[in-house]
Amino acid sequence: MKPFDLSQLSRAHEVRFAADESTDEKLPWPQFTVAALNFFYGTHQALKGINLIVPNKRVMAFIGPSGCGKTTLLRTFNRMNETIPGTRVEGSIRLGDKDLFSFPATRLRRVVGMVFQKPSPFPKSIFDNVAYGLRLDPSIRRREIADKVEQSLRRAALWDEVKDKLHQSANGISGGQQQRLCIARALAVEPEVLLLDEPCSALDPISTAKIEDLLFEIKNSCTIVIVTHNMLQAARVADYVGFFLNGELIELNRAKQIFQNPEMQQTQDYITGRFG
Amino acid sequence: MSNAVLATPEVPFESRGLDKKQTWWERLRKGDEVVHLITLAGGWSILVITGLLVQHLWVYSRLSRHAFGWHFLVDSTWDPVNGVFGAWPFVYGTVVTSLLALTIAIPIGLGSAIFLAELAPRKLSNALTFLIELLAAVPSVIYGLIGIFLLIPVLFNVVPYVQKYFGWIPIFNGTFYGVSYFSASIVLAIMVVPFIISISREVLISVPVSQREAMMALGATKWDVTWRAVVPYARQGIMGSIFLSLARALGETMAVTMVIGNVAQVSTSLMAPGYTIAAVIANEFTEATGDLYLHALIELGLVLFVVTMIFNALARLLMLTMKGHEVVG
Amino acid sequence: MSASYPPLSRKITNVVMLALTGFCTLLVLSVLLTILGYLLWKGASSLNIAFFTKIPAPVGQSGGGVENAIVGTLKLLALASAIGVPIGLLGGIYLSEFAGGWSAFTIRYTTDLLNGVPSVVMGIFVYTLVVLPMHHFSTLAGGVALGIMMIPIALRSTEDFLRAVPRSLREGGLALGASKSETIFTIVIPAAIYGIITGIMLDIARVAGETAPLLFTAFGNLYNSPGWLQPTSSLPVVIYNYAISPYDVWHKQAWAAGFVLLSGLLVISIISRLILARGKKLSHG
Ligand SMILES: Nc1ncnc2c1ncn2[C@@H]1O[C@H](COP(=O)(O)OP(=O)(O)O)[C@@H](O)[C@H]1O
Ligand SMILES: [Mg+2]
Repeated sequence: MKPFDLSQLSRAHEVRFAADESTDEKLPWPQFTVAALNFFYGTHQALKGINLIVPNKRVMAFIGPSGCGKTTLLRTFNRMNETIPGTRVEGSIRLGDKDLFSFPATRLRRVVGMVFQKPSPFPKSIFDNVAYGLRLDPSIRRREIADKVEQSLRRAALWDEVKDKLHQSANGISGGQQQRLCIARALAVEPEVLLLDEPCSALDPISTAKIEDLLFEIKNSCTIVIVTHNMLQAARVADYVGFFLNGELIELNRAKQIFQNPEMQQTQDYITGRFG
Repeated sequence: MSNAVLATPEVPFESRGLDKKQTWWERLRKGDEVVHLITLAGGWSILVITGLLVQHLWVYSRLSRHAFGWHFLVDSTWDPVNGVFGAWPFVYGTVVTSLLALTIAIPIGLGSAIFLAELAPRKLSNALTFLIELLAAVPSVIYGLIGIFLLIPVLFNVVPYVQKYFGWIPIFNGTFYGVSYFSASIVLAIMVVPFIISISREVLISVPVSQREAMMALGATKWDVTWRAVVPYARQGIMGSIFLSLARALGETMAVTMVIGNVAQVSTSLMAPGYTIAAVIANEFTEATGDLYLHALIELGLVLFVVTMIFNALARLLMLTMKGHEVVG
Repeated sequence: MSASYPPLSRKITNVVMLALTGFCTLLVLSVLLTILGYLLWKGASSLNIAFFTKIPAPVGQSGGGVENAIVGTLKLLALASAIGVPIGLLGGIYLSEFAGGWSAFTIRYTTDLLNGVPSVVMGIFVYTLVVLPMHHFSTLAGGVALGIMMIPIALRSTEDFLRAVPRSLREGGLALGASKSETIFTIVIPAAIYGIITGIMLDIARVAGETAPLLFTAFGNLYNSPGWLQPTSSLPVVIYNYAISPYDVWHKQAWAAGFVLLSGLLVISIISRLILARGKKLSHG
């Protein structure tokens, strides 16, 4: 298979597939295929003609000045925007080879998990937080739940810190721990995709580092889409980076390429801090 | 570039039960429509109850409405034996006691609200407000009890002095029996004062600092600032609290019944016994013999309902527009 | 310079008016303390064991109690809660989670108006609704009257506490694949439960002292009232009847009943505030 020019993706208004550089590796298949996507909050258009592919089991980062539509795009991937009255989607999104909108939203959200900007633990115990998603599925037996909770907490690198206070309120742990708890909560239902919306923006550097570490772990089993304000973070964790401006996808490229040699002037301006 | 290959998953896209047919159980459990409908029934029952309430008051007062028309409100004869019903003494008593109560309660309530909002340290203010709101939680029958056994004996000692010096004014003359418009008004004033205080305090506290600073900069005294800048700014909310109190005073039953004397007469003197709409309903309802009598009492209830609803609606409207004002301003 | 402005007269006004506002507050507080103190003194001195365990003695005889009224009040409150709480909860959930625009506004406004209906008018309504068709007064009628009076506050306080639950918690549930109703029942309501319970307890305390609507629904009874279909005595009505009676023995009973009623209400309101404080502590770690 011939290598192809990733940078074309953002400019050519047609859907292409993003392949890895390393030719030996198995080609990732498209987890999401987005074509001609428009999104409206009432009359305000927040996304304009987005085309892109999110490859399976890779980390894709969205960057861009605030208000450019990153969160909005992320929230269309698990259809959270549907819960906001007055919103409208145009265009198509495919999950694998199926139309994203053909599934019941509640099932889709178990396959496409999400972690929000502000840690939002439920006012329940740590255990109940992680078990929450599991208990929604009556086919998961009670005995399995405890195991799965432990397993998810381990994957989120939180087990050692909370194993002695599983039944204490989740509001009692630190902000960084709360955010990892939210990640564990999302991982517990074994999603195929994990969407993270600026997960570290409210955290200290040490907690941030912990979360970045765990992203590397999860990446083997999950497709990850992360929105971040922090360019260094994007450079560290992402395989691909998409740059957004005013609701448009300006450039999509391999992370290295974007930060070393971006094709578009606007991208250049943004990463060198010349605006917004 | 245009014919780039769209790879398909090597492992076929495994949709993890996404495509599975939904069982009816899952549909029921996940279904928001059922919950929506059930809670909707709860919400709409309010409208049903209110509708029924209006319908019942209307239907069960028809004999009296047909017999007396609007004269019902202005005729002074209330004679159950001969089936003649005019409600003027009750209307008069209700209006007099409520207005007098507000005349007493507004200055005291507003004064306290100003003290609690502007002068007292916030912690003390919160504690005192908590105590004062306890006053609002005391049942009206207990106010009646206090009225009979504490207030009236006290008034027996005070009123003669008032009459000695001011007896020449019509509103103070006549024999004082203890039970009177005046006693009822004092009890009512005590009952509505907590409302005025707690609502007015809230609105005074929420007046933005900018409103005060402008006048402070001009060297105004604390009182000037409060009276000329803060209170006018909060006047809508204060008016709202006054209308609420008025509605409450008009409809108050037990405490008034116990201290007003229950005599169907119209007197200029506040020291004379009287009657109110709510009191006559409470006293005569279970003894009403004959349908016309019952319907006349229910028509009194209808009148009370309409009047209190008007003042309540006005109060809510004032508070609504005030909230809008805050959001905009 | 600064001494000349504001002028002395304005300074005097300032001091006098500010002192007057303090005086008003003092006046209101002293009235409050007088009422509570007098009730405590009169009530506690009139209280004895028989008060709780005996039914009223025949007119003119001393002794006896108001056991039937205490039981009656408890039964009335139980029935009222059984009617008012579910409707209030459902309506509150509807207003906060489902209703929008026109229908939310109508229901909210009507609820506030219903809350302002004088209690004596509510008594008339339930008289025509329940007592007339059944041809006699009953615990049932009294419970319906108090139950309807409970709805507005139960509904509005439930709505307020549900609304206060942050959107982030709801989204957290939805993002894990819960449906809207699952989110409401497993996250939103549990998060607001302390507030909701507090609101309902205060609501019960409020109607517990209502007298006027009971006069022509539950009426009164000198004896115990079996079942739900007989007229029943209740504490507030007993206070009223005894207070306006000419007998000193009964006046004492009225004071004791007032004391018991008010203590009950204050205890409920203090407990509910403690519950709310505990809820706040739990959810803030
Ligand atoms: N709930 C909403 N209702 C209306 N407009 C919204 C809403 N959320 C976001 N927007 C608008 O959509 C645009 C994109 O927002 P968002 O996706 O949150 O940007 P980002 O995450 O990149 O900062 C912004 O102009 C914002 O004002
Ligand atoms: Mg954002």
